[in-house]
Amino acid sequence: MINAQNLKLTGYKRPDGRYGIRNHVAILPVDDISNAAAEGVAALIKGTMALPHAYGRLQFGEDLELTFLTLSGIGCNPNLAAVVVIGIEPKWTERIVSEIRKTGKPVAGFSIERHGDLRTIEMASRKAKEFVQYATELQREPFPVKKLCMSTKCGESDTTTGLSSCPTVGRSFERLLKGGATLIFGETSELTGGEDIIESRCISPRVRADFRCVFDDYTNLIKSQGVDLLGSQPTEGNIRGGLTTIEEKAMGNIQKIGRCKVNSVLRPAVAPKGPGLHFMDSSSAAAEMVTLCGAAGSVVHYFPTGQGNVIGNPVVPVIKLSGNPLTLETMSEHIDLDVTGILRMEMNLDQAADHALKVLERTCNGRLTAAEALRHDEFVLTKLYRSA
Amino acid sequence: MKHGILLHEPQDDVGVAVMDLKKGAIIGALTLEGKGAGKFKLLNNVPLGHKVALRDLAKDQPIIKYGRPVGKAVQPISRGAHVHTHNVKTLRWSI
Repeated sequence: MINAQNLKLTGYKRPDGRYGIRNHVAILPVDDISNAAAEGVAALIKGTMALPHAYGRLQFGEDLELTFLTLSGIGCNPNLAAVVVIGIEPKWTERIVSEIRKTGKPVAGFSIERHGDLRTIEMASRKAKEFVQYATELQREPFPVKKLCMSTKCGESDTTTGLSSCPTVGRSFERLLKGGATLIFGETSELTGGEDIIESRCISPRVRADFRCVFDDYTNLIKSQGVDLLGSQPTEGNIRGGLTTIEEKAMGNIQKIGRCKVNSVLRPAVAPKGPGLHFMDSSSAAAEMVTLCGAAGSVVHYFPTGQGNVIGNPVVPVIKLSGNPLTLETMSEHIDLDVTGILRMEMNLDQAADHALKVLERTCNGRLTAAEALRHDEFVLTKLYRSA
Repeated sequence: MKHGILLHEPQDDVGVAVMDLKKGAIIGALTLEGKGAGKFKLLNNVPLGHKVALRDLAKDQPIIKYGRPVGKAVQPISRGAHVHTHNVKTLRWSI
């Protein structure tokens, strides 16, 4: 049986002491209208990656704060060696830049007004070229599992995820937790029917109350809409795969945390304060959730899938596990770890967790995940309500 | 493969088809620990991943899976029948 402490992990040590397993130079737009300039820089300078997204204008209140937290959190993610930030005007651009600067990594901001896209692209490209040359000289070095921050979320679940891929992650998380790693899970809506289990795992009455508060907020939102969630939760994909109710789906989902205790409840996109397993209040939509995990500092992600969710993320490598034989037969190019042996009773959960930890080790050491190779770069901000 | 149905817990009312199961076939069920849980004559075709009733279930009876209620029967369900959205509903979102 593989102990997480024995994993041979390598990564890039960042000035703030955290380790990244990728070494990207990102071109990060502050707002939707700066996507074109960001993509212009990425097209010119080899080794850079634009992170276009749909929002950042006329948001306000909690919704705006979440956008700032997500963009600056992604900029701070240790998988990024350096960041060029481009916004339409200087003030909000500088807000993001100053947060990223706190990590000590190279960062520079550019704004488009009074320059236009073309001059902005030129200025930003000169800086991006410097950053790429800086980043390409950085070397991987070994790091202990207690310096690993990772996350999990499942998608296009079916009954096979509850039997195989989710408990495989659960068993792996138990070992990673023992090794001192920092772990994040979430999906508030998909705990409905198993929320008492999460409550029973909270390490203190305070954490339990925090969890109850975010769960009740969510339940009240559903009630206020006056709709039956069937078709959304469970999704049509879940139902096609044999899941009948949200409770059944939640019980499968919860297998991902094994027997781990919950150390804290995080607001969306907020980084955990220490090791252990943390619950982040989040949507269950895959691209939104993984983006929030990346903003919270996760550098790699376990993603169990039944029917075959194809999601990836440009910053956080997403490792897919599936135990559904039909999915492995029809779309194996998306799957990093086949755990169909569990359904055939040819593989037990401890053996499956050994395989999952080996895939994690290889991914941390540079092997591209299926989603990375297939260019699944879904960078999706969570929008809480309509803009002003 | 000697089994076609897997159960999470021995007391579960439903098991998961781990392959496409045909109406009329007699299929063995196992718990995840590998213990035999009986043989079942299929009353319907049950696709891979869908559930089979392991005992007769009355209307309004809670459906036990993972050892817990995960919904309730909205009509009587016979042993060996396909269990899904047509005969089981959530116990939540009661609007």
